[in-house]
Amino acid sequence: MASDPRSAAIDAFARRHRYHRLEAVPWLIAVALYFALPGYLPLGAQIFATILFVLSADLVLGYAGIVTLGQAAFFGTGAYAAGILAANGWGEPLSGLLFASAMAAVVGFLSGLIILRTSGLALLMQTLVVATTLYEAANKASFLTGGDDGLQGMEVWPIFGLFRFDMFGRVAYVYCLVVLFLGWLVARQLVHSPFGRSLTGARENTGRMHAIGAPVAFRRLIVYTISAALAGASGALIAQTTSFVGLTSLSLERSGNALIMLIIGGVGRLYGAFIGVPLFMVAQDRFSEVDPVYWYFWLGLLMVVVVVFARGGVLGLFERFWR
Amino acid sequence: MTEAALETRGLSKSFGALSVANGIDFRLEKGARHALIGPNGAGKTSFVNLVTGVLRPSGGTIHLDGADITDLAQSARVKCGLARTFQINALFRRLCVLENVTLAIAEREGVAGVLLRPAGCYRAIIEEAYDLLETLGLADHALQPVNALAYGRQRLVEIAVALGLAPKVLLLDEPAAGIPSGESGIVVSVIERLPADIAMLIIEHDMDLVFRLATTITVLVQGSVLVEGPPEAIAGDRRVREVYLGERAR
Amino acid sequence: MIEAIVSIGFHGLAFAMVLYLISVGLSVTMGLMGFVNLAHGVFAMLGGYVMTRLMNRYGVPFALALPAAAIASALASIPLERVLYRRFYGGEELDQVLLTMGLIFMSVAGATYVWGPLTQHMEPPAWLSGQVDLGFRSFPAYRSFLIVCGAVLVTGLWLGLERTRFGAQIRAAVDNLRMAQSVGINTSRLFMLTFALGSGLAGLGGALGADLLAISPSYAMQYLVYFIIVVAVGGLGSIRGPFVAALLIGVADTGFKYLLPGLGAFFIYALTMVLLLWRPQGLFGRA
Repeated sequence: MASDPRSAAIDAFARRHRYHRLEAVPWLIAVALYFALPGYLPLGAQIFATILFVLSADLVLGYAGIVTLGQAAFFGTGAYAAGILAANGWGEPLSGLLFASAMAAVVGFLSGLIILRTSGLALLMQTLVVATTLYEAANKASFLTGGDDGLQGMEVWPIFGLFRFDMFGRVAYVYCLVVLFLGWLVARQLVHSPFGRSLTGARENTGRMHAIGAPVAFRRLIVYTISAALAGASGALIAQTTSFVGLTSLSLERSGNALIMLIIGGVGRLYGAFIGVPLFMVAQDRFSEVDPVYWYFWLGLLMVVVVVFARGGVLGLFERFWR
Repeated sequence: MTEAALETRGLSKSFGALSVANGIDFRLEKGARHALIGPNGAGKTSFVNLVTGVLRPSGGTIHLDGADITDLAQSARVKCGLARTFQINALFRRLCVLENVTLAIAEREGVAGVLLRPAGCYRAIIEEAYDLLETLGLADHALQPVNALAYGRQRLVEIAVALGLAPKVLLLDEPAAGIPSGESGIVVSVIERLPADIAMLIIEHDMDLVFRLATTITVLVQGSVLVEGPPEAIAGDRRVREVYLGERAR
Repeated sequence: MIEAIVSIGFHGLAFAMVLYLISVGLSVTMGLMGFVNLAHGVFAMLGGYVMTRLMNRYGVPFALALPAAAIASALASIPLERVLYRRFYGGEELDQVLLTMGLIFMSVAGATYVWGPLTQHMEPPAWLSGQVDLGFRSFPAYRSFLIVCGAVLVTGLWLGLERTRFGAQIRAAVDNLRMAQSVGINTSRLFMLTFALGSGLAGLGGALGADLLAISPSYAMQYLVYFIIVVAVGGLGSIRGPFVAALLIGVADTGFKYLLPGLGAFFIYALTMVLLLWRPQGLFGRA
C-alpha cells in the first residue's frame, strides 16, 4: 500500500482520468427508462440526440474556450445531409449518419481553418456569419432542401434491414442512445487525454501554452472539427427519427438553445449536457405548448438568473456543496 | 570558437519611430550564467520576446546552437530547446502545480497531442514532474491549485514549468520580481543549483542577485548594448554608473 | 443605368443611416465597457414600438412620438445597466453572450405579450408623405427626411465627441480606462450615460427605420446579425468605423436586393468574413 507522500500524490494524480463507477449511472437510467416509460420513447430519442448536440457544444465552449453562436451550422449540415440522402433514394440510416457526420466535419474543418485565427468579438461574429450563410443557402436551395417548408419525403430504411423506425419510438430510442454512447466515448476520451488537458491549459493561459511549445491553433482546429462531426451526427439522428428537416436546424435559435441547455447543466464539466438537456426538453415538452410566449419569457429569465447567480449550472452548485 | 548556445546578430525591432532593439549582437555561451541588466525601458523584455518569437524582428538574425531560428514560430523554438519564464507569472492558475509541470513535460516528450490514451497513463511523466517539484521544494504543494500558493512559491512553479521542457537555453525574466526581498533567497538558491549544462540568461533589477549569480553581465540601454563583461568590470564601469544616474545598486 | 445607381445610392444611404443610428451606441459601449451586448437591438425595437403605438393608437403626432421613442429607450436602458450589465464589465465573454441572449428571449416574449405578434404598421405623417422634387429627380419624402435627420444626428454626434467635455471623457476612457479613472473621470457615471445615449440613439434609429426594419417581437433576434456586422466590421469603440461599415452594408444590401435578389445576403456575409479576416479589429478598431 502506498504510504509515502510521493507515491500517494502520483497515484492520486494519475487516477483522475480513470472511469468512475458513477459514470455508468446515466446509461443505466437510460436503459431503465426504456422499460419504465414506454410512452415517452420518442421524446427520449430526441433528448439523446440533443444531448449529443450540446455535448459537442461543450467541447468547443467549455474545453476549447471558443465562444460560438454558430454550432447549429454543423447540426443543420448533418441534418440536411442525412435528410437529402433519405429523400433521394438512399435511406440506409447508418451510412447516412456517417455521411452526415463527415459532411459536418468538413464544414467544421474548413470554417475553422478560416475563422479560428481570430478571437473575441470578431470570432463570435464569424461563427454567426458561417451559420447564417448556411441558413440562407439552405433557404435559397429549396429545390434541394425544401426551403421554408422543410425537407419532405424522407424515407428512412430499417436498421440492418430489420429494425424499422416505428411510431412508438422503440428503435429510435435505442438507435439514438447507442450513437450518443459512442459520441460520449469520443468526447470523454478526448477530454481526459493529454490533448484534452492541453486544451484546458490553453483555456487557462494561452500565452503559457505557446511558451511550452504547444501548437494551440492546430489543436483548437482539431477539437472544432470533432465537435462539428458530433453535432452533425446529432442533426442526422433528429432528421432520421423524425423524417423531417426544417430551416430551424440551422437557426440562431438552435445555437442559442444549445447554449441555454449547456449553461443550465454546467459548462466545461462534460456532464452538463446530460443534466441540462433533459431538464430543458422535459420542461419544453410540458410548457411550451401551453403558452409559447410564457415559455420564452421564463426561459430568458432563467438564463439571466443562471448567469448571475449560478454560473456553473447544476453541476457547479453540486461542486459548491461538495466542499 | 565553439557554437554559442544562443546568438543574435544585428537584432533590431522598431514600432514605427520607437525602436526597442538596435542591431544587438549578443552571445550566450553554453553553460553560461549571464545577466542582462539596464534601466527601465531599455528593451530587456523586448529582447526576450524577440528571441522567443513573441515579437517578430525588423532586422537581424537569431541562432540557437548554430541553427537559424529567426523565422520559427514560438512553439517551434521551444522544441529546439529554448525556454523562458515570465516577469509576471503566467501559469495555469486553476490547475494543480503538478499538472502545470506535466503539461510542459508532455509537450517536450511529444505526447501532448495524443487523443486516444488517458492522461493518467503516462506515469513516467508524472514521476518526473513530481521529482522536479521536489528539487525545487514544491512537492508538498503538488496537488494544490497554483492560485492557492504564495506568490513567491508561484514564481518557483514558473521556473519548474520552464525546467520541465529540459531546455538547453533558459531565459529568466526577472525571476525575483514581486517577491519581498526576504523571500527571494529560495529563488536564488534554486537558480544556483540549476544544471550546469543549461545556458542561462537572467534579466534582473536586483543587483545583489545579479552579482551573486552571473559570471557575465550585459548592459542594455535604449535597445543597444552599452558594455559587456565580468561583474567586477561592470561594477566599476563609469558609463554604467552614469546610466543608472549614479544610484547605488540595491 | 444612372437611374438605378442613384436609386440604389439613395435607398442604400437611408438604410445605412438607420443601421448606423442603431449600431453606433453598440460600438461605443462595447469598446468602452468591454461588454458584448447582443441585446442592443431590443432598444431599437422599443423605440419602434413606442413611436408606432403612440402614433397609431393614441394619435400622437410624429414630431412628438419620435423624440419620445428615443427618450423611452434611453430611460429604459438605465436600470438595465445599473442592475445587471455592470456586474459583467470586462468579464467573461460567454457570460455576457448568455446573459444578453436571455434578455433577447425575454424581449421577444415581452413584446408579443404587450403588443401582439403582428408587425407594427408605420404611416409617415402627411407632411412627410409623397415625393420631394429636386429638379432632376424626385425622391420619396420620408426617406429623404431619414437621410437628412441621420446626417444631422451623425454630425452632431461627431462634433459632440470632438468638442464637448463629455465626448472627451468618452474618448479618453475608450483609449485607456485606468488612465481615465486616475485623472478623476467618474467612469461609472460615464458608462451609464454613454449606455443611455447609445440606447436612445438606437431607439431613434429603430423608430425612424420602422419601414425598413419591420417592428415585430422577434426584431432583436432577426436583425442581430446586421447590427453586429456593422460593429465588428466598423471596429469597437469607434463612431467613424460603424458609419463606414453601415454605408458598405446599407448600399451593398440595397444594391444586391435590386440587381441580384437572393444573393445580397451572401455577398454581405462574404464581405464581412473577408474584412474580419483582413482586419479582425474592424476597419477603425484598435489592434
